[in-house]
Amino acid sequence: MIAGRTFRSRLIVGTGKYSSFPVMAQAHEASGADMVTVAVRRVNLTDRSRESLLDYVDTDKIFLLPNTAGCYSADEAIRTARLGREAGLSNWVKLEVIGDERTLFPDNEALIEATRVLVKEGFVVLPYTNDDPIACRKLEDAGAAAVMPLGAPIGSGLGIQNVNNIRIIREFARVPLIIDAGVGTASDASLAMELGADGVLMNTAIAGAQEPVAMATAMKHAVIAGRLAYLAGRIPRKMYASASSPVEGMVGR
Amino acid sequence: MIITLNGERFELDRPLSVTALLTQLDIDPRRVAVEHNLNIIRRNTFPQVIVEDGDRVEIVNFVGGG
Repeated sequence: MIAGRTFRSRLIVGTGKYSSFPVMAQAHEASGADMVTVAVRRVNLTDRSRESLLDYVDTDKIFLLPNTAGCYSADEAIRTARLGREAGLSNWVKLEVIGDERTLFPDNEALIEATRVLVKEGFVVLPYTNDDPIACRKLEDAGAAAVMPLGAPIGSGLGIQNVNNIRIIREFARVPLIIDAGVGTASDASLAMELGADGVLMNTAIAGAQEPVAMATAMKHAVIAGRLAYLAGRIPRKMYASASSPVEGMVGR
Repeated sequence: MIITLNGERFELDRPLSVTALLTQLDIDPRRVAVEHNLNIIRRNTFPQVIVEDGDRVEIVNFVGGG
């Protein structure tokens, strides 16, 4: 549940980098996700024959979350968010303000500023942020509907790099916590959920897999498994063994 | 007359509405957002908003992204 809206799946997936739209649609189906991210870009005026992404997303079943990917300033992100709202069907935005081209790490200061402006305009803002508990707290104070710290750089597939920070963010957060970016394989998604995340957002891990539809299925199960494990409460870690079978009644002793 | 359309120079015969511009470009108005001289144009006002010489128009849609 985010901003009063209930989703069946805790997995949010992207629509970028797929080899084809049909493969994307199959992967979406396999993932079970009911929210997908989209980017806002200029219409291609020279080649109008290309198929539209929206022909392959069933918007009756799947909620569209426009992003502000590629924006390097608060103003640019705000402008893109407004366009996304007009092009789409909702006032939700995955807010990205990027601070550096190589890492695609967020510019926290600009992100917080843009969050403040967009919340005032009535947007439901889901900000993509650093794995920094203080930045997450400030975003929450600015009115963000969720916090979405990265696990690792976008598209890197490195998995969650700072597990302890994610734990702290979990402790602090009063809004939903979604791990956004950095997932490489199913265990990364499970770990995110085991740490108490409310959801996971990924694109490249599925779209870039050799078999995207199979990976989407794996991610669906990984998110469910991780969530169940979190709720079940894991055993404490110990340095030494403790036998699972009785130590008494051994034959021949 | 000349406008700037999605950052490129674009020639038009005469001033026309956003609706007429989209029709000329073969674009489905239900799937795009339009910015006219930095103002976002509500879809229900596409027929009334007139694009004139020197105007800057942006037409965007959704593409794949993460």
